[in-house]
Amino acid sequence: MDWRRFGFIALIIALLFGAVVLVGMSSESPILIIGSMMATTIAVATPLTLGALSGVFCERSGVVNIGIEGMMLAAAFFGWLGSIYMNTVFGFSMWPSLIVGVLSAILAGGMFALLHAVLSITYKVDQIIGGTVINILAVGVTGFLNRQLFFDKSSIFGGQVPHAPGVLPIIHLPIKEALEGLCGMFGNSPSCIITADAVGKIFDQKPIAIAAIVLVAVSHYVLFNTRWGLRTRAVGEHPKAADTVGINVVWMRYANVVIGGMLAGLGGAYFTLESVPQFQPLMTNGRGFISLAAMIFGNWTPVGAWAASLVFGASQALQINLQFFRTSIPPEWAFFQNSYAVGQIPYILTMIILTGIIGKTSAPAADGTAYDK
Amino acid sequence: MADNKKTVLEAKGITKQFPGVLANDNINFDLREGEVHALLGENGAGKSTLMNILYGLYQPDSGEIKINGELLHLSSPKDAILRGIGMVHQHFMLIPVFSVTENIMLGAETDHRAVKNEAALTRLDRKEVAARVSQLSDQYGFKIDPNAIIGDLPVGIQQRVEIIKALYRKASILILDEPTAVLTPQEAEDLFRIVRELKQRGVSIIFITHKLKEVLAIADRITVMRGGKVVGTAEPSTATEQQLATMMVGREVLLTVDKNAATPKEDVLKVESLRVRDQRNLESVRGVSFNVRAGEVLGIAGVQGNGQTELAEALTGLRSVESGKISLGNKDLTGKAPRAFTETGLAHIPEDRQKHGLVLSYTIADNMILCDYYKPPFSKQYVIQQAALDENARKLIKEYDVRTPSPYVAAGKLSGGNQQKVIVARELSRPVKLIIANQPTRGLDVGSIEYIHKEIILMRDQGVAVLLISAELDEILALSDRIAVMYRGEIVTTVDAKKVTREQLGLWMAGVSPEKVL
Repeated sequence: MDWRRFGFIALIIALLFGAVVLVGMSSESPILIIGSMMATTIAVATPLTLGALSGVFCERSGVVNIGIEGMMLAAAFFGWLGSIYMNTVFGFSMWPSLIVGVLSAILAGGMFALLHAVLSITYKVDQIIGGTVINILAVGVTGFLNRQLFFDKSSIFGGQVPHAPGVLPIIHLPIKEALEGLCGMFGNSPSCIITADAVGKIFDQKPIAIAAIVLVAVSHYVLFNTRWGLRTRAVGEHPKAADTVGINVVWMRYANVVIGGMLAGLGGAYFTLESVPQFQPLMTNGRGFISLAAMIFGNWTPVGAWAASLVFGASQALQINLQFFRTSIPPEWAFFQNSYAVGQIPYILTMIILTGIIGKTSAPAADGTAYDK
Repeated sequence: MADNKKTVLEAKGITKQFPGVLANDNINFDLREGEVHALLGENGAGKSTLMNILYGLYQPDSGEIKINGELLHLSSPKDAILRGIGMVHQHFMLIPVFSVTENIMLGAETDHRAVKNEAALTRLDRKEVAARVSQLSDQYGFKIDPNAIIGDLPVGIQQRVEIIKALYRKASILILDEPTAVLTPQEAEDLFRIVRELKQRGVSIIFITHKLKEVLAIADRITVMRGGKVVGTAEPSTATEQQLATMMVGREVLLTVDKNAATPKEDVLKVESLRVRDQRNLESVRGVSFNVRAGEVLGIAGVQGNGQTELAEALTGLRSVESGKISLGNKDLTGKAPRAFTETGLAHIPEDRQKHGLVLSYTIADNMILCDYYKPPFSKQYVIQQAALDENARKLIKEYDVRTPSPYVAAGKLSGGNQQKVIVARELSRPVKLIIANQPTRGLDVGSIEYIHKEIILMRDQGVAVLLISAELDEILALSDRIAVMYRGEIVTTVDAKKVTREQLGLWMAGVSPEKVL
């Protein structure tokens, strides 16, 4: 792997964490600040990670997917819709509603991806155009249905947003307790207890966040160590070569694009089923595009893309955590309180990364080109 | 000789229609066990189509294929591989970023013929495949490192990887499509040795080529194709090059270029310690110096990818120069734009005629004024003069024998030979001091080659300096008065064309130093 790249990632994350520690040190223990920053980073990086994985599968098989944003938005909406349908209309309790919601999100992502596959693989539409179609379609469909279902008196919900079944809860692993037990063996020093608390926070994550990390490892293994991965990369590099050894290029591309769409769908579920219990038009807010930047910065590998997603996650976590320490920010740094200033960091980082200053990346050779026999 | 051997492959009445072309017209072809059957024909004769049908990539409109006596329908390459057919394509079907092992196991990851349908998530066993690759490679004396990345290997070795890829799948019938096109003469010799070895081990081989010498050297039987039809068969023991050429083209052709001794005069092109970087910013032309005189042809021989492309681009102003000096007719043109070159008297026949020679979507008439469109008579007050453009096109089409229904056909619709004639017409009809011809006959049929060669010699005799860059040694030897050999970005030696042999040139091209050879 490329150590320069990972070094840069580690450096940026350290700088972002350092900024929060500097600001918050007077009111909170640095270890606790770092722990909570890490926890937030991992949580908010979830849709980026899944979006980047989606891109990796599509583009490794040779299909450029700039429609991840749209797939996520559609999934966020249909996931939300699925869960409140189950809850309000059929009267199921929270868990079954949320699970059906997540499955609907994955299905919605898959369906939009299937549309992208039909356009770009079967009809050989320019893949950038195809992706743009997906993005525009998702905005239109979700905006329209949102109005029809929740603001029209004659709809099944009577013209108002129904009560949501809630969001996916944190899955608590007894890490903190175990570490505190260890501290007990060494005389319960206060710093040990604080460290245990901080580490415990990092591991307190919600289901989709955990799934994303597991999927990073699984994707990396699949892509580089299995038959499926070898064939996927082959059709993305040199489809004709794959064809001559009896590999069905069209089928491989379809399957990977749909897998990618389902991953983006799970990423979309994060917005309405794990982060906040509501849907808002355009709520993905460019995350799909940032995840493409993460994919490129990660050089089209799942682990690399995940690391890059964490950088973006960290800059968002910075913004969130600075809110807690508003009062301790000195007046001359007051612009930091303005969330717009800090909110620009991911976008500026994206531009820097895409210039290729931090090491050149290489896309799959046949990325973006339709296969003609 | 091989008459008593059994027939392993038989194709009967194969017909394949593409939009606008009858690529294969009722073809009959057979292959006997352990023989080398050469398929000879020009580009576009339908050889590759026939082979792609036998390999299952295309399906014939009619006709039948029997392998080992069994009537088969090959609907994909997988079917062909299952029956023991392997194919080495002209453009290798290897993935540059994969290792040798990964390329070989692709499509047959868990067994040698992809018969079993294992689960998609089966773990790759690279070690086991690498061991088997090493074993096969040792068997034929290939010396291939199974862990090497394909993109780092020279083409000769890549070709061996392709052969191993077929053998790994237990191929007993091997199709080699234009296998020597990318090889040096020595590498071609090695390939012939390998082909003979394969033959001895009972592999039957179809050898596709348009090179007459090779056919006579390696084949047990020869089938000649022209215009989608089989026009005849021949035995290498009795056939001559001239006979085969006549069968291939359909008329008598001149295989050698008629030319008198050159009478070189003053220096036209002078190149001094030129250094040029390529796309990847690597130095690919490293301190090259030479001159070309009026009335002579300087040939630059070399295996593709030794800096010739970058050299030609630098000499035509298309690529910036790192250091050194280029002067044309005593005028320093270093660092000048391409237009400065053409206005000083450069005619450029580029390597890739479709990318750099023509605007394919423009008409022939428009393409013919690409160098002069901004000057009278073609342009007055920034407006193109239709009458002048039309007159110019009609005149050149007639003079250079471009076969087209009208001057207003898009250049992309013409055949390769006619496209090249359009470029030649445009470039040579201007006042010219120097011609840089880079691979001027690549992919052309024998008739067009003959025409272009005649035209180059004609210009030479009128006192024009010619720089010919070609990977075809025969072309270099036929046209050049002096020959410079390029290897790894340097000119290793420059010799009188009459005092050098093919073998010497081949060794220099492969990097053997000139002192050792002479």
